Amino acid sequence: MSANTAMATKYRNSFLKEVEEQVEMGDWVKMCMQCGVCAGSCPVNFQSAWEHPPQEIFMMIRAGKREEVLTSPSMWNCTSCYNCIVRCPRKLPITHIMHGLAEYAHRLGIAPKMQPTRFFSGLFWKNATKTGRVNELKLSMGLYFKDGFGAGVKEGMKMKDVALGLIKAKRLNPMELLGGHKCKDQKGIQAMLKKAYEIERSRKAAKMAG
Amino acid sequence: MAKREYAFYPGCSSQKGASASNYLTSVESMCKTLDVKLTEIPDWNCCGASIGYAEAGELPRHVMNARNFALSEQHLPGQEMVATCAACWLGARETRERLTHSDTLMADTREALKEAGLQINEMPEIRHMVEVLIEDLGFDEMAKHVVRPLEGVKIAGYVGCQTNRPFGVAGESFENPMYLDKLVDMVGAEAIPEYDMKVTCCGGALAFSEPEKAQAQIKDIIESAYDHGAEMIVTPCPLCQANVEIYQGQINQRYGTKFNIPVLYYSQLMVVAYGGSAKDAALNGQVIKARKLEEIAAKPVKR
Repeated sequence: MSANTAMATKYRNSFLKEVEEQVEMGDWVKMCMQCGVCAGSCPVNFQSAWEHPPQEIFMMIRAGKREEVLTSPSMWNCTSCYNCIVRCPRKLPITHIMHGLAEYAHRLGIAPKMQPTRFFSGLFWKNATKTGRVNELKLSMGLYFKDGFGAGVKEGMKMKDVALGLIKAKRLNPMELLGGHKCKDQKGIQAMLKKAYEIERSRKAAKMAG
Repeated sequence: MAKREYAFYPGCSSQKGASASNYLTSVESMCKTLDVKLTEIPDWNCCGASIGYAEAGELPRHVMNARNFALSEQHLPGQEMVATCAACWLGARETRERLTHSDTLMADTREALKEAGLQINEMPEIRHMVEVLIEDLGFDEMAKHVVRPLEGVKIAGYVGCQTNRPFGVAGESFENPMYLDKLVDMVGAEAIPEYDMKVTCCGGALAFSEPEKAQAQIKDIIESAYDHGAEMIVTPCPLCQANVEIYQGQINQRYGTKFNIPVLYYSQLMVVAYGGSAKDAALNGQVIKARKLEEIAAKPVKR
């Protein structure tokens, strides 16, 4: 049984309960009063990118629309501008709930596969935690080459002028490809993160069992 | 001995050859004038930034920031931790807040840190450089060092998101913060307090992953600066700076605009106003050259 099926079975009576127990800050969802200030404050909504703005997502969670919420590209459009957080009259940590829902859908393996920000988000975290510090060049290259070599070269050509401008200003170093900045205690960082994932997994499992 | 000392968290983008290396150079020059001593936290790591959320989860993200707290406490006990990057400041502050309010999260964090041989007893206060400037030094103290006012330059203060929300600078509103405008006035330039895109999001990480959405935002931010007669844009955030500066060529292609406006850090303006050279202010790090500022930086200082 996949992780997704296991969760869907366990929480079959209440998707809201599932979100409250398994999603970061999910216990805030029930506090939403559907005023829509978040939707009106979201910069990405202005560019008509949201399939569902936050207050719609919150109502869908209460209505048990599990599949529609978790497979939606909406959460992945968050730019982390925190406008929704500071304007919400009920003080819901909306940005964190959006990130939490996205992370949960990603963890279950049902988030939209081709969503570019989902890809970039995972790439960023791996890039940053591998050596303890971000390697900006490898991060950009990883993004451009996500659809293979041919597409990567084409993407790279589109970005040529931007990259050359940065290299000339000494704000992009081609040598970063060969190594680059890193922490000294990488071993410690890996061990510490491994432990953190273990603890987090067992806490979520305990909630599910409890 | 320096007048003020802080544990310094420069962040990934400030490293040599990285996208905000010019920020660091100018901050170092600025702090020298202001007698502020920044000691880099040994072996600091990435804050995880907001965009790491897909894989970060909750605890791993906080553990990353907690490692910096532990290193800061161990090597620079009693010092407040200062970040220059908006995302580093926000990430660290968020972790500090969560750990303060949850004993479970704190206990779990301590257990994970043990694996790296580290511990937290007392978390340092987390400050952004602009907080240090405004709250610890104050505008009067900062103004004393101005020896070369940036007269006749009109500058749009672009505050952006993450130094402004969700925490922000004490006493400022989320919708219309004024500190950057005050800072522009302080260095002798002309501020544009009514600049209506000052807290609009630049698109953040979406500038990489979904450029068409971010560039629509950036276009509005730049257009409004031009509409208000700005010759330059100034910001406190490394990602705002990069996003608003480096994609102007692509935006011009996409929208048929003719944008070519320099985007600077507050620290660069201050260094020039404090009598520093173009090199001290890292003006050579601009992709779109700030010619007018370079000309001022070449002038003799008024002592």
